Amino acid sequence: MTRTTRLVVLLVAVVLLGAVGTGSVLYAAHRSGMRDQQQADGPTVRTGTVSLRPTDGRRLLVRNLAWGPKRDEIATVPADDPQGPRTVSGVKCLRFHAAAGTGICLQAVHGALEDTYRAVVLDSHLHELHRFPVPGIPTRARVSPSGHLVAWTVFVSGDSYSGTNFSTRTAIVDTRTWKIDDNLETFHVVKDGRPYRAADTNIWGVTFADDNRFYATLATGGQTYLVRGDVTARTLTTLHRNVECPSLSPDGTRIAYKKRVKGASPDAPWRLYVLNLRTMKETATAERRNIDDQALWADGSTLVYALPGDYGSDLWTVSADGSGTARRLMTSALAPAYLG
Amino acid sequence: MYLADSRSNKAAVVPDSGPGRRPAAVPGTVLALGAVSLITDISSEMVTAVLPLYVVAGLGLSPLGFGLLDGINNGVGALVRLAGGHLADRGGRRHKVVAGIGYGLSAVCKPLLLLAHTLPVISAVLAADRTGKGLRTAPRDAMISLATEPEHRGRAFGVHRAMDTTGALLGPLVAFAVLRATVDGYDAVFAVSGCVAVLGVLVLVLFVPRRIVAPADAVRRPEPALPEPARPELRDALGLLRRPELRRLTLCAALLGLTTVSDSFLYLLLQREGDLPAHLFPLLPLGTAAFFLLLAVPLGALADRVSRRRLFLAGHGVLLLGYGLVLSPWHGAPAVVAVLVLHGTFYAATDGVLAAATAGVVPAQHQGAGQALVGTGQALARFACSLAFGAAWSLWGGRTALAVTAAALAVSAVVASFVLRTTDEVPV
Repeated sequence: MTRTTRLVVLLVAVVLLGAVGTGSVLYAAHRSGMRDQQQADGPTVRTGTVSLRPTDGRRLLVRNLAWGPKRDEIATVPADDPQGPRTVSGVKCLRFHAAAGTGICLQAVHGALEDTYRAVVLDSHLHELHRFPVPGIPTRARVSPSGHLVAWTVFVSGDSYSGTNFSTRTAIVDTRTWKIDDNLETFHVVKDGRPYRAADTNIWGVTFADDNRFYATLATGGQTYLVRGDVTARTLTTLHRNVECPSLSPDGTRIAYKKRVKGASPDAPWRLYVLNLRTMKETATAERRNIDDQALWADGSTLVYALPGDYGSDLWTVSADGSGTARRLMTSALAPAYLG
Repeated sequence: MYLADSRSNKAAVVPDSGPGRRPAAVPGTVLALGAVSLITDISSEMVTAVLPLYVVAGLGLSPLGFGLLDGINNGVGALVRLAGGHLADRGGRRHKVVAGIGYGLSAVCKPLLLLAHTLPVISAVLAADRTGKGLRTAPRDAMISLATEPEHRGRAFGVHRAMDTTGALLGPLVAFAVLRATVDGYDAVFAVSGCVAVLGVLVLVLFVPRRIVAPADAVRRPEPALPEPARPELRDALGLLRRPELRRLTLCAALLGLTTVSDSFLYLLLQREGDLPAHLFPLLPLGTAAFFLLLAVPLGALADRVSRRRLFLAGHGVLLLGYGLVLSPWHGAPAVVAVLVLHGTFYAATDGVLAAATAGVVPAQHQGAGQALVGTGQALARFACSLAFGAAWSLWGGRTALAVTAAALAVSAVVASFVLRTTDEVPV
């Protein structure tokens, strides 16, 4: 084959492959354009004021996933009418949580070269108080009951030559002093009563008891543990095995969590459980599907959590004592928080 | 099947190497292979860059423990690499065919990602992708060795590694440009990555000759007079270790590999010891890659002048300095940059240089197996080091683990300089 022939073959291939590549980009761009169109059978969405100190009764705040221009904005509905019209705030978050007038919003920043992420602490009018750069993709966010402490977890994917290794980074910020602990892995770990250190520790899913004590998941050596954390003493103490994404009940006696169950398929290994912290007794909830979320306590006896849905994810609810059945609370929503 | 099959040997002769002109230091075949690596790395780093985002944000999965199969992958990868090197040598140098299968396998994996929606399936596709990488590495390095005059191999490998790293740095930029244009169109990223990978295979098929002939051979010896070398058997490939020069080199590569802390551990320590803000962590590998890219060619050329073994050892000396800097009380941004400069210099002084040194101690008909042997020895040793380092971290903490590794590296370097003190490089 002559040099000219080879160059012609290359040129033709470049044109063909270029056409396929361009076609796939145009198709994907068209599809994402559709997501900006108002969804015909979707919930009513209107712009308004969203407050973290609601005066009109108890409210549920979520990240709105319904198709339309308001997708991804923080929206609010009355707690007793979650299927009703949504009031959106204009603030876009990937993950969100709020308590006592403080909000934490984890956002993507679309830069020219690549995406970066930041954690933004919001006041009760959803105005920015402070922002922190974060090192990876947001996954969990929590505010302490008093609104003084906020925590978040992001996924970091290691270095580019072994890009399949994931790890987490969890940070806690005191909103009174803006002091940040940007990596809880530097806390002292006490495992089964003894000091413990390892290179492979990962911590995620903080849930606050008060302005000092919290619970979280610690993973090391292929095993996960529920740990009790102490912000002042900078310690993490293991309490129980096989606990991920803990969520503390309002009375501080129980932990709702993801448990890796035996015999489940490897791509759907978790079920929603509740652990009694006094007796260490585990109770399976009536939700039998795989769940991959940090559940939220709607009140002292009801859990709310996200499951994959037609428009990304839906919110579901189930009783915390193992009774009843799971029920859909709200479609096209993620990252719930109850206020008021 | 391969379009370039019909080419005769004379086509492999680089025009610049004609009598009366200074022979080109970097033959066309090396540039073609460099282009293939550059294009293929754009494709694979596109996927690597968006995969975490795809898994977490696109599919909504929690990917912790995703890297659990790494150990198995490393073992299988080593075997595949040995097999690739040996198969490439058989049947009168089938380097191009074996490398082509390797590049082809990885290319097929990109569109398969469009269909993978669960972690086990994604892991399987990535494992197949890595198998392709394992298969092609040794034949590719063998082709670079065979196509280059022995005295210019350091620079040739340097050029190849620089092109390879350029692709790795460009990939993420292309990926995020596509993601930006499509608003989270991960499928478009995978489709474009697949197209780019196919282009890489095509450049290999069209522009890399089937039979590689060193420019020196082509000029100095009449082609038909070259006797066809005996068909290498598996026994011969393993028998390569009976050659003292190769045995010494493999031993030293493995010994030094045993004391080379993996990139991820080094970055983790650098971040913790240097009090680096967590959000700057993703920039660390970019820093190493940038200095590797800048220095690969000059250090490769230097290796040609001052002996490759010496530079290979000196590179590990630079790494030792880097460890020292991480352990030193000097913290802050300038210290971190200095460590990354040293880390990039280490790669530039050792990665391609080791391949060039290997080429010098292996006969032409065993280049594939020889490259595979040394490369695999080094890779397995580094993997063993990762396991040991993780255990040492648990026992003593990261800082002490690094100090112990640094001491071991110093001892290894002294032993290696003693073992490699002979200056002989076997003529091909």
